[in-house]
Amino acid sequence: MDPARKRTIRLVVALGCALTLACALVYTSFSAASEAREPSQLSTAEAGVVYQLTGKVAKGSYRHEGTLHFFRVRDRDGSASVPVRYRGQLPDPFREGREVIVDVRKQGDVFVGEPDSLITKCPSKFSAEQPAT
Amino acid sequence: MPTAGRACLIIALAICFYGIAASLYGARTGRREVIASGRRSVYALAGVLVVAFAVLEAAFARTDLSFALVASHSSTTTPLFYRLTAVWSSQEGSLLLWVLLLSLWSSAVLFATRRRLREVAPYATAVLLGFGAFFCALLVFLESPFDRLAVPPAEGVGLNPLLRHPSMMIHPPMLYSGYTLFAVPFAFAVGALITGRLGSEWIRRTRPFTLAAWFLLGIGIVLGARWSYSELGWGGYWAWDPVENASLMPWLTGTAFLHSVMIQEKRGMLKVWNVSLVLATGVLAILGTFLVRSGILESIHAFGASTLGIPFLVLIVAMIGGSIALVAARSAALRSEHRLDSLLSREAAFLLNNLVLVSLCFVVFWGTFFPLISEALTGDEASVGPPWFNRYVTPLALVLVLLSGIGPLIAWRRATAANLRRTFAVPTAASLAVLAAVLAAGVTESIGAVLMFCFAAFVLGTVGQELWRGVRARRAMSDDSVPMAAVALVRRNRRRWGGYLVHAGMAILFVGVAASSAFQQARLVELSPGQEVTVSGYTVTYERPRSRLVAASNGRLERIDLGADLEVRRGDGAPFALATYKSYFPSMDPSLGPVSRFFEGEATTEVGLKAGWRRDVWTAVAPDIRRLQERIDEGDRVFRGAEGLSDAQRGAFLAEALRGLTRSYTQDPPPATFRIIASPMVTWIWLGALVVFGGGLLALWPAGAAARRPATAAGLARVARELGRA
Repeated sequence: MDPARKRTIRLVVALGCALTLACALVYTSFSAASEAREPSQLSTAEAGVVYQLTGKVAKGSYRHEGTLHFFRVRDRDGSASVPVRYRGQLPDPFREGREVIVDVRKQGDVFVGEPDSLITKCPSKFSAEQPAT
Repeated sequence: MPTAGRACLIIALAICFYGIAASLYGARTGRREVIASGRRSVYALAGVLVVAFAVLEAAFARTDLSFALVASHSSTTTPLFYRLTAVWSSQEGSLLLWVLLLSLWSSAVLFATRRRLREVAPYATAVLLGFGAFFCALLVFLESPFDRLAVPPAEGVGLNPLLRHPSMMIHPPMLYSGYTLFAVPFAFAVGALITGRLGSEWIRRTRPFTLAAWFLLGIGIVLGARWSYSELGWGGYWAWDPVENASLMPWLTGTAFLHSVMIQEKRGMLKVWNVSLVLATGVLAILGTFLVRSGILESIHAFGASTLGIPFLVLIVAMIGGSIALVAARSAALRSEHRLDSLLSREAAFLLNNLVLVSLCFVVFWGTFFPLISEALTGDEASVGPPWFNRYVTPLALVLVLLSGIGPLIAWRRATAANLRRTFAVPTAASLAVLAAVLAAGVTESIGAVLMFCFAAFVLGTVGQELWRGVRARRAMSDDSVPMAAVALVRRNRRRWGGYLVHAGMAILFVGVAASSAFQQARLVELSPGQEVTVSGYTVTYERPRSRLVAASNGRLERIDLGADLEVRRGDGAPFALATYKSYFPSMDPSLGPVSRFFEGEATTEVGLKAGWRRDVWTAVAPDIRRLQERIDEGDRVFRGAEGLSDAQRGAFLAEALRGLTRSYTQDPPPATFRIIASPMVTWIWLGALVVFGGGLLALWPAGAAARRPATAAGLARVARELGRA
């Protein structure tokens, strides 16, 4: 086969593969993604759909029964909150007042956390609390 | 002292500007003394930054709480090792470490090339100093590590307990070394593009630094994974967190470059690809630094509100724009000298390996930045989780491992059928033997894991076969024993054998990843003392609670530990003990009572781990402290009402109260929640990583005189005869 023709075929095949991968990547990322929502944006949440709930654990809202945890998540800069039920190990930095991210599905009036999906934004190495003077 | 530190940073910034101007002026006029002056300014920068860093380290070592940074990241109860390493736990300190490492590595490369690359080096110097100027400017104008507190506090906040792990404190310098070392090939690539000196010399001269970048970044990534596994209470080592991904991306493109550059050296091909990879790796290294500091993406690693996002974005845009413009301007000079002769050739295998590595990088990039992409396209921020990443990374990793076995077997330019039959027989047999063993053992639940075991066997078969063939060839030329012949063989071509060792290590590492991902069993249970649970054939019994009040070396109360002693047994085997506990560090919030503040501060889980070649048993406890709450509140009330106590009396009473609390926990233990995981072959991950780093070190080690001596024609003929018989 003519070498130039061979190279063209290789290029077309390679570009086709790249395009297929890119399309699959785009399609699956949109179909598998969970939308990030603050509690105030969950008033129209659909049952069964997974949302990535972000906000702060409301003060005085946390309790647990065995491995089942109950708390409310409120807006970072607001008072709207939703109840969350979560089964799993809580990260060490989890506290009331701390920012959390958790994948949830609506079940009745409660948002049920996906197992092991909760992460807490720790008061990090880059944002230590200020010392008391 | 803070003034001295700040002065050092201002001088460092001035040195950067001078060095850039001198290097560019010297390059344009060809005046060597000016170029040398520009180069020496990099040495001066390193010297000044060493002084600045020493000032900060000294402040941390003696817990000088007049430094705002010390007060917010250290304390008198923080052990010395962690006080010294707490410097880079802060935004400001880590930026200082970044630019310090950049200046040190830049000094090393410019010293090594001071009599070579005379046209390229001045531009590379200017680029490296440009990075230096950027970071020094951040430290001078936005994030000063030398801010002072008007009234120093009596006690500092202390190092975040989650970071109190040896590997976590070594992990950042390794990562930053990787990032900053990747700036070296980036800078020389820019220099080569500006001057049009696009041969292989700049690549050869900077290769040790590129390899060192890859090596140190790899160590940093593995240390981070190890920390995650043994310190964070979730039992995993990789979570596809944006910050983890940020370090992986430049490592992937750096790996691709280390492979494809061989094609340029051997055949003069892929010049555009190589220079693009180097530039992309440099950009990704800065992008990683940006991700860690800007807070642009949600991450488990918290980022404080930062003003660094915009400056980093400007730098990244400038790097990308400049890189594209330079490559486009030099596209004619970057044309390949040869074309790919056959798809059955080592060049083709390397090219495919590169495509897989770059695809992996693209997948990681897309998944990491998907929240921003989706928000830009749809107006809604959405993110993808680990299953999405695994869907793409698993097949790509399988292909990558297989290619790392195929690459060394195929001849350059064009492989013949006879060549393929001869070289593929042993690795294929090894692969099939493993497949038979795995199927005989009934391990069929995960096709991906089974394929990974087979491909890893193929890689190990390849490396073993190549070593054996090399030893035979060596012995044909000498009377060496087999071990001596193997040593001599490796010494003669450290780079090649280092690379093979890296391939073997990666194969071992991926076996561990595949097994631990596919066959892990985990349970989350609530147990009272005496109760037991079975996980993957292991019976775990909650023997007894444990608790203690820990004082620092200066006598101040540091933390409270509450946990459990467990007994684990499997069948009739001997039982072994595991201990896990949670450490509670006091909060500095003055509104809290003296007792309750010990339970309202940071906490960190100490994992109970029994590591083994076949399986790890991992456990973490979450104590229930609700039963203590009444006593805690009572303690706070008592202290609130106790006036007229001296600090010493108050401290002694508080210690006694806390001791009573810890005693009550062990005397009347509430049920505790345990996460228990049986993970097969996790140890193989760390072992594989060690082999990889051994290979990296071998490749980095300078070649001896014997390696540089050319082979004689008679010797080559004997080797050819011997290999023909093999």
